[in-house]
Formats: sequence, C-alpha cells, structure tokens
Amino acid sequence: MADVATLRRSKPAPRPARQLATGPFGRKVRRNLSAHGFLVGAVLCFTFFSWYPIAREIIMSFQKAVLGGGYTWAGWENYIRIFHDPTFWQAWRNTLEFTLLALVIGYAVPFCVAVLLNELRHAKGYLRALVYLPVMLPPASALLLFAYFYNPQYGLFDDILRALHLPTSQWVFQPGTGFVSTAMVSVVIAATWMNMGGATLIYLAALQNIPGELYEAAELDGAGLFSRIRHITIPQTKLILIMLLMLQVVATMQMFVESFVLTNGGGGVGNNTQSVVMLIYQYAFAMSGASNYDSASALGVVLMLVLAVFSGGFLWVTRERG
Amino acid sequence: MAGLGTGAARVSRRRPATGSTRTLISSAQLNRRRGKITYRIILTLVIVVFTLVFIGPLYFLFADGLKSTQEAIATPPTLYPHHLHPSTYKAAFDRLDIARLLWNTLYYAFGALAFQLIFDVAAAYSLSKLRPALGNVIFFMMLATLMIPSTVLVVPQYVTIADLPILHINLIGTPEAIWLPSVANAFNIFLLKRFFDSIPAEFIEAAQIDGASRLRILRSIVLPISRPIIGVVSVFGLVAVWKDFLWPLLVEYGYSPTRETLNVGIWQASGTTEQNLIIAASAMAAVPTIIFFLIFQRNIIAGLTSGGIRG
Repeated sequence: MADVATLRRSKPAPRPARQLATGPFGRKVRRNLSAHGFLVGAVLCFTFFSWYPIAREIIMSFQKAVLGGGYTWAGWENYIRIFHDPTFWQAWRNTLEFTLLALVIGYAVPFCVAVLLNELRHAKGYLRALVYLPVMLPPASALLLFAYFYNPQYGLFDDILRALHLPTSQWVFQPGTGFVSTAMVSVVIAATWMNMGGATLIYLAALQNIPGELYEAAELDGAGLFSRIRHITIPQTKLILIMLLMLQVVATMQMFVESFVLTNGGGGVGNNTQSVVMLIYQYAFAMSGASNYDSASALGVVLMLVLAVFSGGFLWVTRERG
Repeated sequence: MAGLGTGAARVSRRRPATGSTRTLISSAQLNRRRGKITYRIILTLVIVVFTLVFIGPLYFLFADGLKSTQEAIATPPTLYPHHLHPSTYKAAFDRLDIARLLWNTLYYAFGALAFQLIFDVAAAYSLSKLRPALGNVIFFMMLATLMIPSTVLVVPQYVTIADLPILHINLIGTPEAIWLPSVANAFNIFLLKRFFDSIPAEFIEAAQIDGASRLRILRSIVLPISRPIIGVVSVFGLVAVWKDFLWPLLVEYGYSPTRETLNVGIWQASGTTEQNLIIAASAMAAVPTIIFFLIFQRNIIAGLTSGGIRG
C-alpha cells in the first residue's frame, strides 16, 4: 500500500496527452517534460533507495511477521520488546561511550595537529599526505592490522608495554564495562588513527583563511601565543569547529565497522563494544533463527530519531553563530 | 565570467605560497636565533613522530606479510622478518582469491561511478539550468535525505532491494545492488548543482540561439567547464564504494565464486586463515588505494577542503 502512495507522490512528471504539446502552453509542458527526463534516473534511485526505505522503516517498525508469510500490525510491540532487551541499553551505553571518547580524543587531536602543521614552513606536503593516508586504506586492512597489534599473545602493543615494564592488556578483549573501558578506548584509538586525516585537512584549510593581519594586530597589542590561539585562531575557525563537531557526533553514533572487525564480528567481551548499528545488524541478519526485521526497524527508527533530534537541537542552539 | 571564476576557484584553489601568509607565529620571530633553534627541534620532532605514527603501522602491514606463520605469531613479536618468506604473499593471493576480490571491488566502484556520473550530473543539470516544475521540491527532498544517515536505513534498504516494489526484482547478489543505491547521493547533487549554478546563463543562451539541444549543451558547455567538480565527485564516489563495509557485507556475501569486495572478503577469511596470510592480504588490499592516493592527492585534498564540509 505504502509503496504505491510514496511512488505516486514523488513521480516527477505529469503525463500530458501528446496533442497538448502545441502552442505556448504545450511548449511549456514539453520543456518541463524534457527537463524531467534528465531528472528521472536520479529521482527513481532516490525513490527506491532513499525515500521509500525511510517510510518503510517506520512502517516496518509497527509491523510483525506472521507465520506463513505476510505482515500484520503490531502497534508498539516491537518498541516494547527492544526496550526490554538488556542488550539495547548496553548498545546505547557503548555507543555514547564511543562517541564521548571519540570526541575527547578524536576531536581535539586533529585541531591541535592542524594548528601545529600550519606553523611549519617545511615538509608541508609530506606531513599532510601522511595524516591523510590512513583515511584512504580499506577499513578492513587497517582494522585487521590493529587487531594484530592488539593481540594479547603475539601483538606488538603488549610487547611495547612489556618492554616498558608496564602491565599488559587484553585491549579490545579486555573484559569490563566501566565507563572508560580499555576495550572501548582501544576501538577509539584505531578509529582515530583511521579517520583523523579528513578533519585535520579541513581545519588546515580553515586556518589558512584566517587573515594574517589579525595575528599581527594581536601581537602588537602584546598578546602571547596562547592568547592568540584563544582570541583569534579559535573564534576565526568557530564555524568549521561547530560543523565538524556535529558531523563527527553523527558519524560516531553510527560506529559499526571498527568494533565489528576488531572483535571479529562479536561485540567484545560481554558485549562491551557492541554498538547500536551492530545491534541493528544482529537483530536483522545474525540472530539465530529467522531474521528479525521488526526489532531491527524499531531500533533503526529510534536511532534515526536520536540523530535527528541531536542535529536539529545542535543547529538550533548554534544558530546565531552559524 | 566572474561567477564562473569563483566557482572554479572554489574547487581548485591552491594554497598561497609558503611564507606569504602570516600565521600564529611570525616569520620574524622564527628568524631570531632562539626561534630558529626551537623551530628546528619542533620540526624534527613532528616529522619523526608523525612518520612513526602514520607510516609505522604501514611498515608492519607490509613487513609482517613477509614472515612465516610461526614468526608472525611468535612471542615476543619480531620487529623485522628474520627469514624472508615472499611466498606468504603468493599464498595469500591464492587462498583468499585476491584477484577476484580486487576485480569485484573495481567493478562495483567504477560501475557505481558511471551510474553516479550519468544520473547525478543529469539531475543536477536539470535542477540548475532547466528548472522544471517542482524542481525545488525535489531538490529539497533530496537534501533532506542528508539528515538521515544510510546506516540507519540498512534494513529497509535490504528488504527493498530483495524485492523492488512494483517491479518485484531481487537485486541481492547483483552488482546493481551496489550501483543503484550509490546514485541516491544528495551530497553529489548538491556539489554539482552548486557548481552548475555558477556557470553564467549567457553561455547557455548563446548555445540555445545556435540551436544546440539540451543534451548538446550539457556535453559541450557544462561538462567541459565542470571538470574540477566532476573530478572531486568521482574521486569521492570511488573511495566511498572502496571503503564501504556494511552494505557489501549485506548484499554480496556468501556467493561462490565470491562476489565480495576486498574489505568483506578479507574480513571473512580473517576468522579461519593464518595471521601472516591475513596481514599479507591486507597489505595487498591497501596497495591500490595508496597508489590512487598518491596519484590523486591534489584532487582529494582540494575536494576535502572545498566541498568536504557538508552544508
């Protein structure tokens, strides 16, 4: 039912009869038709793979499968079921932990690196390429390498700890669900190494757009290095800082591949690195027995709402500065 | 002309020459004796630390693929292969069928690129220059999808692909399952439309007076001018498919002969294959992207710093 309605609404071109296509009105229709002709491929793809799935996700979250095929309405049943699933809360807690840790580590580091690189007069291209190189690697390559480093028996990282006479760690497989768990920090380290290049280069570009006169004026007024950073560098890049803060939170809330590859498809010890998107995947495709699209859709809607409320609220709070 | 100039400049802007812009610390300060020494120390430190942090892991990625299985899982790990086993690479290449995985990935990436270029360029051209009725509504609806990240939609997308509404076609396991959804990329349309908007209307009108059709105008005027932005869109289109994990895992998983991408194929093998083979395979998977990066470095960095910021 719903698919027909959605399709009809988004079908771009009205279908006028051929004989209408004369006179000024007809010319207009014909112009429009050919313009829609250029649009039709993209509009169909958006309809099938973006607009329709959005509607379908909401519909599916209120449906359940019946024996023998087909779907029936389920009311809030799916939502109530996932709210009673302890893994649901665990996954949200882990995702928030990842997002916060990624903010602490992954948000400040690229900015500091960009400020530092912007001051250097040599090896600029080399350093820039260096920082961005890991972003280009296939995530499985980078993460399997980190899984190898993290290995508690023959991994490099434990070897470094042993050389420094520090206690060794199980890294991603370290049990424990404290708020800053070793397992999650390990995931964040790998994720930051993989992804920080993009933000760094964007900050660098923003830093290069700061007019040099501002720094000169500040220096004449006797402003020291840190007060120049505080009163010029940060305010001048504020817009980008705010934009990237939002994009990074939205991106890290969808963490999947990092934890999935590092823990070999599981969610760590006692699900301590299980993320919300991983749980969607497990509900829908990896649970024992029949795939459970109902729970997965309900969880998808919850995540969609959380992200929409977050980005809407964020844009609203920062609207004056933006 | 002015509008076009800014549009083109926005994409291919080069950095001002070194030293010509004033940054946090003035050149005068650096040229003093103490400044010079401090700068030298910091520069050396930065180069050494960054090389260690970013090239270091890559060194192990390539070097550990040369170890034998025993050496790869030895405690403590060796810092360099004591006995070279180049055959590890050969074994990984054969066991994981890297040639096939690589071919699949290339096929998906370039196919997706072709679909994106054809449909997204045509749509952006229509929205920007032909301005059909309801065009703004369609554009707004496309932009609205940026608010809803694709990972949230994997389940309904999967169900839709498994049984396309009305047509009742199952695309699971076909390359189209990757190609067609990649077209629904609002960011591409946004970047392209913004660039097309900066092409002056007089160009188009002049061509119309000469009797050029709309397709001809797109091909002979719009596309040649838009080369920089098309470069940016293409690079990011390829990289997106190359790096994607969750979607290919869902739609191309578990066929024989394999239809998986490099990412998924190597991950799948990692559970059952020796550590040194996995590292060698990961290294081989990284080589094409590293080469691609070194060639297109300039476009990638320009694209990031111009259109990389969404919104």
